[in-house]
Amino acid sequence: MKFLRWSLPLAIFIVVAGFLYVGLYRDPHEVPSPLIGKPAPAFALAELHHPDRTLATADMRGQVWLLNVWASWCVSCREEHPLLVALSKAGVVPIIGLDYKDKSEDGLAWLVGNGDPYTKSVVDLDGRVGINWGVYGVPETFVVDKAGIIRYKQIGPLTQDALSRKILPLVRELQKS
Amino acid sequence: MKPVPMRTLAAILFATLFVVHGLARADLALDTRLKKLESELRCLVCQNQTLADSNADLAADLRKEVRELAVSGKTDDQIKQYLVARYGDFVLYKPPVKPETWLLWFGPFVMFAGGVAVWWGIMRRRRRDAAPAEPPPPGEDGAVARARALLDG
Repeated sequence: MKFLRWSLPLAIFIVVAGFLYVGLYRDPHEVPSPLIGKPAPAFALAELHHPDRTLATADMRGQVWLLNVWASWCVSCREEHPLLVALSKAGVVPIIGLDYKDKSEDGLAWLVGNGDPYTKSVVDLDGRVGINWGVYGVPETFVVDKAGIIRYKQIGPLTQDALSRKILPLVRELQKS
Repeated sequence: MKPVPMRTLAAILFATLFVVHGLARADLALDTRLKKLESELRCLVCQNQTLADSNADLAADLRKEVRELAVSGKTDDQIKQYLVARYGDFVLYKPPVKPETWLLWFGPFVMFAGGVAVWWGIMRRRRRDAAPAEPPPPGEDGAVARARALLDG
């Protein structure tokens, strides 16, 4: 009983402090997506460079691909863009760009100015596809596997760390299967 | 042309008013329903605002989406389900009760019960410790008792 008197409050304190400590380093803006492990919401959108052509999710069946949601008005997209350009040069995985709620001419100009890392780019003018994919902040990057299942979602700009530790190993593993 | 009789004019006027009123009422009912629904949904961009309060671009889009779903005859629960499927339980201001959220829902009650148990234990011990020794009457040498006797005369 004597032992409980000081050990129980101490134990409770340690547990609470532990939770709070971990909480300090978590980003409340990163909301876990319920779409991970689920089929990617289908879309068929006009291509940015060729508005008369459409690209559909079904066209990407059988390969691992990334969907990068970006916009010319998005500030932190500039931050991640060099990484995307480098990734596309390496040619490891096709990157589909989703120009989110953006005027096509702005998007095109932005790609000319900053480099175009995208295998193909599509336009989501009214943001409806964005809603279906649970996009709530640009940039976001999804990893989709050969069967069309979303395997990973990066919220906010890509980082070298996220790429080399999570995304690229995952892509390689998915490509093998 | 014969002038339109006053009665016909009045009838037309009332019919128009009736229809407009009906439409406005239906619209108002939808608005009230949407307002209530939107205030139970979280805007994901500015996370401590509801969908109804937020000025964020995404919130406007989601409000539009919610309205379209409501107009197409979806129930409030179906609309919530639609958003949860895309954004997760986080869009709901009131999280659903399920094993992952048991701690959230019942934790405070468990803590309260724990507090009551500790308090009860302490009180019981105090009463037990205090019971054997009858406290001496307050005041030195029963001064208070004497004073009371004097006052009571």
